[in-house]
Amino acid sequence: MADLVTLTIDGVKVSVPKGTLIVDAAKRIDNDIPVFCYHPKLKPVGMCRMCLVEVGRVQRDRASGQILADETGQPKVAFGPKLETACTTPVEDGMVVVGASAKVTDARDDVIEFILTSHPLDCPICDKGGECPLQNLTMRHGPGTSRFLFGEKMHFEKHVPLGKPDEALIYLDRERCIQCARCTRFSDEVADDHVLGFYERGRRLEIATFSDPGFDSKFSGNTTDICPVGALTTADFRFGARPWELTPAASLCPHCPVGCNVTFSTRREAKSGGQPVIKRILPRQNEAVNEIWLCDKGRFGHHFAESPDRLKTPLVRRDGALVEASWDEALALAAEKLNAAGAGVAALLGGQLSNEDLFAVKTVVDGLGGRSAVYGTMGGGEAVRLVGVGAGTNFGALGAGTAILVIASDLEEEAPLWWLRVKQAAERGATLIVANARPTKLDRYARHKVRYTYGHEVAAVLGMLVAGSNDYAETFAKAENAVVLFGQEGLDPAGSAALAQACANLLIATNHYGRPNNGLVGVWPQANTMGAWELGLPARDPRQPLPGVTATWIAAADPVGDGRVSAADLRAAGFVLVQELFLTETAKAADVVLPATAWAERDGTYTNGERRVQRFYPAVPAKGRPDFQIAADLGARLGVTLPRFASQLFLEIAKAVPAFAGLSYTDLARVEPQFPDVGGRDQYYGGASYTNEQGLGVQLKSGAERGAAVAAHPVDVPHAGPATLTLVPTTLLYDRGTTLAPTRLLAPRTPAAHVVLSAADAARLGVADGDTVSVAVDGAAVTVTARVDSHAPEGFVRMPRSLGAVTPPGPMAVTVQKIAATERVAVR
Amino acid sequence: MLAEKYADEIQKILSRYPPEWKRSAVMPLLHLAQREYGQVTPPVLAEVGALCGLEPTQVAGVVGFYSLYHDHPAGRRRVQICTDLPCALRGAERFGQELCQKLGVGWDETTADGEFTVEHVMCVGACDKAPVFQIQDETGIHFHESPAPDQPLTVEQALESLNRLKAQ
Amino acid sequence: MDHILLRHRDIPDIHQLDVYLRHGGFEAFRKAVTTLTPAQVIDEVKASGLRGRGGAGFPTGLKWSFLTKGVYPRYVVVNTDESEPGTFKDREIIERNPFQFIEGALICAYAAEANTVYNYIRGEYWDAAAWLDECLAAARARGFIGPNVFGSAYSVEFHNHLGAGAYICGEESALLESIEGKLGQPRLKPPFPADKGLYGKPTVVNNTETLTNVPYILQHGAAAYKQFGTEKSPGRKVFSLSGNVNRPGNYELPLGVTLRELIYTHGGGVPGDKKVKAVMLAGASSSVLAVTDDILDTALDYEAVAAKGAMLGSASVIVLDESVDLAWVALKTTRFFKHESCGKCTPCREGTYWMLNILERVNRGEAVKADVDLLHNVASQIQNKCLCPLGEFSVTPVLSSLKAFRADFDAHAKDAAPKPAPKPAAAKPAAAKSAPAKAAPAPAGD
Ligand SMILES: Cc1cc2nc3c(=O)[nH]c(=O)nc-3n(C[C@H](O)[C@H](O)[C@H](O)COP(=O)(O)O)c2cc1C
Ligand code: SF4
Ligand code: FES
Repeated sequence: MADLVTLTIDGVKVSVPKGTLIVDAAKRIDNDIPVFCYHPKLKPVGMCRMCLVEVGRVQRDRASGQILADETGQPKVAFGPKLETACTTPVEDGMVVVGASAKVTDARDDVIEFILTSHPLDCPICDKGGECPLQNLTMRHGPGTSRFLFGEKMHFEKHVPLGKPDEALIYLDRERCIQCARCTRFSDEVADDHVLGFYERGRRLEIATFSDPGFDSKFSGNTTDICPVGALTTADFRFGARPWELTPAASLCPHCPVGCNVTFSTRREAKSGGQPVIKRILPRQNEAVNEIWLCDKGRFGHHFAESPDRLKTPLVRRDGALVEASWDEALALAAEKLNAAGAGVAALLGGQLSNEDLFAVKTVVDGLGGRSAVYGTMGGGEAVRLVGVGAGTNFGALGAGTAILVIASDLEEEAPLWWLRVKQAAERGATLIVANARPTKLDRYARHKVRYTYGHEVAAVLGMLVAGSNDYAETFAKAENAVVLFGQEGLDPAGSAALAQACANLLIATNHYGRPNNGLVGVWPQANTMGAWELGLPARDPRQPLPGVTATWIAAADPVGDGRVSAADLRAAGFVLVQELFLTETAKAADVVLPATAWAERDGTYTNGERRVQRFYPAVPAKGRPDFQIAADLGARLGVTLPRFASQLFLEIAKAVPAFAGLSYTDLARVEPQFPDVGGRDQYYGGASYTNEQGLGVQLKSGAERGAAVAAHPVDVPHAGPATLTLVPTTLLYDRGTTLAPTRLLAPRTPAAHVVLSAADAARLGVADGDTVSVAVDGAAVTVTARVDSHAPEGFVRMPRSLGAVTPPGPMAVTVQKIAATERVAVR
Repeated sequence: MLAEKYADEIQKILSRYPPEWKRSAVMPLLHLAQREYGQVTPPVLAEVGALCGLEPTQVAGVVGFYSLYHDHPAGRRRVQICTDLPCALRGAERFGQELCQKLGVGWDETTADGEFTVEHVMCVGACDKAPVFQIQDETGIHFHESPAPDQPLTVEQALESLNRLKAQ
Repeated sequence: MDHILLRHRDIPDIHQLDVYLRHGGFEAFRKAVTTLTPAQVIDEVKASGLRGRGGAGFPTGLKWSFLTKGVYPRYVVVNTDESEPGTFKDREIIERNPFQFIEGALICAYAAEANTVYNYIRGEYWDAAAWLDECLAAARARGFIGPNVFGSAYSVEFHNHLGAGAYICGEESALLESIEGKLGQPRLKPPFPADKGLYGKPTVVNNTETLTNVPYILQHGAAAYKQFGTEKSPGRKVFSLSGNVNRPGNYELPLGVTLRELIYTHGGGVPGDKKVKAVMLAGASSSVLAVTDDILDTALDYEAVAAKGAMLGSASVIVLDESVDLAWVALKTTRFFKHESCGKCTPCREGTYWMLNILERVNRGEAVKADVDLLHNVASQIQNKCLCPLGEFSVTPVLSSLKAFRADFDAHAKDAAPKPAPKPAAAKPAAAKSAPAKAAPAPAGD
């Protein structure tokens, strides 16, 4: 690497890139300089003064700039009169840093003593106790006795909810806070949510929020990881367990296509019969995926697994009612019916299923001559398979020279960590083009904001292929690297497929594919939608009935609950088998229901939106059977032999699917050192995130990289219908889907079902913000609250999915009628 | 609402700073709010934030940091007596105590008629004219000091000033 | 006597623009804009040897020449925060001789190639700021501020920005944060304001008094200015004299005037003819100097004062007579710094709090001698570890009075020896007797 600087730290020579801070240079040689305010992911502030070191610099002649030599011919090194903060001082060639001296130790002792004089002595009941940087450094530097009078200590409020008492996700203990500003800087710099700040000054300085809801950020939980004391705790975990009782178990977040690496902290509890339960979720470092961050949905959205409503035993329909049955009984019945249906079997599989599940069901169905598809409203997977981002892509490496186009997606709501990483790429100098029919939070970082009318997404992309059409098209074409992220907002399945093809054409035309940091990414609705595409499963919206179906096999999907198909229509198509966690509307319509295990209870792999295949592991005891095992059990009865273990199934995938060729679980479990090195022994450097010891995953090669023929395909530019009002389904991070609803903590942040109208449409319809309206889609009417957004485009009504009211799979003509006005309380 | 009542003044304030640095206007806008409401309460944080493009939490940080913005109510006028070193060397503490006595209040207390709250302040830059106090009220902040250093302000003169203010 | 800075004392009504103009007002600015390049202006100021009057005494012309080349816009920010206890000179200048200050700031802006001046005035100077607004309007009406001044290509704007009660905002980087609408907490340095200042752009920050010298320098030349003061500390300075003197107030005198002359000739001596026990030459953040004849004869310039282990700072001289108890003085200064600590860094935030607690206990007569040792420890523990000078300032009066007047502290202790007859003020420093429980590094210059 160019521009290396060599210095000596406590007698050890180390070479690091120019611009590295002393503290990071020391970390590379396992010299743990104590820090509180410094965090390798945040800009240095030098506030806490814990990292003081002696710094000697090479002396130069003022006039000539020549290095001065001492008697022995060595460069002369002079130490300043004052200690310096290692966290703010960049390294210099020949620098000599001393941390192991009495002078430095004294200074650190002094600073620790100051911090402790205001800190409560509540380690025995503190959530951080056992993994607390302050506790650890007190062991090393703290005074044995107090020289101050206990009665003179300042006392501050404890258990302060950062928000309304029953709604806060994060609690603050003001007495424990050491004013390091890690949390406020995280919110300001990383999350860009200015909802947490300092209040007052001097010794009264305290953390406070004045937003509504309190600490209004989708990333708030991260502050509890990086808080170096027990000042910030989550409502979910606080007083839940002591850190030393917890057993880590690696997993992945199942909620969105980012595929954040997580670690469950589990503990055996009486309530689960002495079995381990998940106490909290922390990030597991993967610098190529989620660094050391998680969004709050990923952190708190695990409660569905422990829900008492989970299905425990198989159900079969007898005399019109679902009754409990044994596995043998249920499997035999299902096998018999599937066998009878043969080629009439249609499988509809949810994007939350693992690669192994999808592959197993597909293999069995293939054996019967039937058809399998992934349940979804978004198309375009074929294009992504071909020109998806190249192996070795890392959003964290994107910066100046890269162009990023984000189109038809509200990234913060749909894939929060990508929002964060695209934002950071823009801050590092990448040219960000954000194209959407309406403003989204990502606009803040966009060099170019492209506004089109819903229905013109494809045209917007194809327009970039016209030479000289606009400046961002040119920037994109000329960029060294280019990545496109496309979503499905305003598009039906065919529309998103067309958009994907248009984006692929753009990448092909500008030669941005087939290598790292270039190519296409789909902002898919689910964690493993991309995996389904890679396994060759097409997407299918069950609205369009398949001809010739006599049995439907549904796993991890609820098309009845989503209003895509009625229970009657589903049953009319013959036998219905459902594998599920809960008794969903679809399960209620089934002839056989088989209880599946939740992701936390089994192993498997997901392929994330960047086509990185990653492993998750069992952490808590299983209820039901893994979907792949159910498929194998049925297969055994149908003459299709499949292994019953995930790792063996994965080997089968590797044999059958070219993109996975040669891969095994061992490859996925491989790790390499991550920098910054967080979560090590020292704990004070990076916070409470976990080191990745269970695998960084493997990014699949795109078709282009594997030698597939790449060619642009003509795209039909869809024509928007003549509707005066078109409903556009959108995605919100917090919804009422079955995997999130059991996390009651997020309920206050989840809005009720509603539609968003433009100001002009609202005025035309006589609707005010907060009014109740009736929305008629396809003849069916739903009653929801109306919201008025002055930035929304006219002629369109936004309706977030999964909030309790049925939304169509894509844009659709609607009528909106006011039912009742909001009651307004006179506010003076 | 400030936006309506002080539209011109707000415009003038904003015009002093680069358009992309609207947040620079937060201090002058808070002075306006402090004058108008006598304190800066949470709804006012949002009001000021909307004017200069800041989140309420960011505005709150500014209110909390600077001692001339107040997040709690007081009498109509805050009588802020300097008792810092140079003034104290010239009898400011005694002056303050006597003034409190005459007003029938203690430090940080408000007179029964709700007119005056007596507070300590740090040095206000009038050390040669000690004792000195300033009044913060709906008109801003105004010094009350002896015009001539060799004739220090008496408690009687101070009371007279306060009574005159009250009559206004 | 003729004044350069406090010219209103010689020319009544110079705060009226017409009067100011009649006395050569804005001629220096005209000369700069119409006949000199920015670099020539900087050279002249450099040649004058003018040093910053805000406290640090940094050479002004040199500071202007440090601006990062080729980066625009640039800003000039004037520091009228004036919150150091005992300092009240800038207020007199903006109230009584405002146009000369405005002219100086405009010349600085021209030299810095800046088109905007922000003047940060402490919120307590509300009335003075309103008055200065009027003066700016008058100057604008005559075309001294605004587009194309004197028909040249140069345009300049000038705005006041009112502070709101925070001493730390006198520290230049905290001041810049404050103008940017943030909490007034100091920034890390580097980068320095000359490189990344206001809004991240190259910025000159100067004190009000510093800039008020500039019209004179340009009009009469560097040589004329240098006839005042000493070789290394040339020019005139406003001394703010307060505390136990008969005639407190501002005195404009050449640098190098002796303390004796300041206190006795100008300040009229000490009330009741009491002896001077100690002085603080730079307001509350001073090293407390036990007064001896030698100290009284010290020339008040940057070098001579530094040689006595103190700082001239902004030349805010607080006189303490023989009746003053230094334990009480330390309580007062510590109360100030504890109140003004921004809270950003640990030693200052926590240390000032604990120093104050101990000092309160000492002054209430509830402490023991060991508490006085603890005070010494805590002060040493803060020293040299802070992010900005405020924390270091808080220590200076405490450690220096402990060193020179330890007996004043011990006298309050419950376990103090039965009181002997009152000692003469400038008794031998007692600090040597104390054996701090924990060895502290010797403060520099002590
Ligand atoms: C805590 C602190 C308070 C200060 N207060 C003031 C002040 O009130 N006025 C001032 O002009 N300089 C003050 N300074 C000095 C400024 O930081 C800066 O050096 C000065 O404004 C530069 O102007 P000059 O070079 O003209 O002196 C202060 C410095 C510190 C560290
Ligand atoms: S020394 Fe005091 S004022 Fe300066 S940064 Fe530290 S806390 Fe703030
Ligand atoms: S000052 Fe360096 S870690 Fe806080």
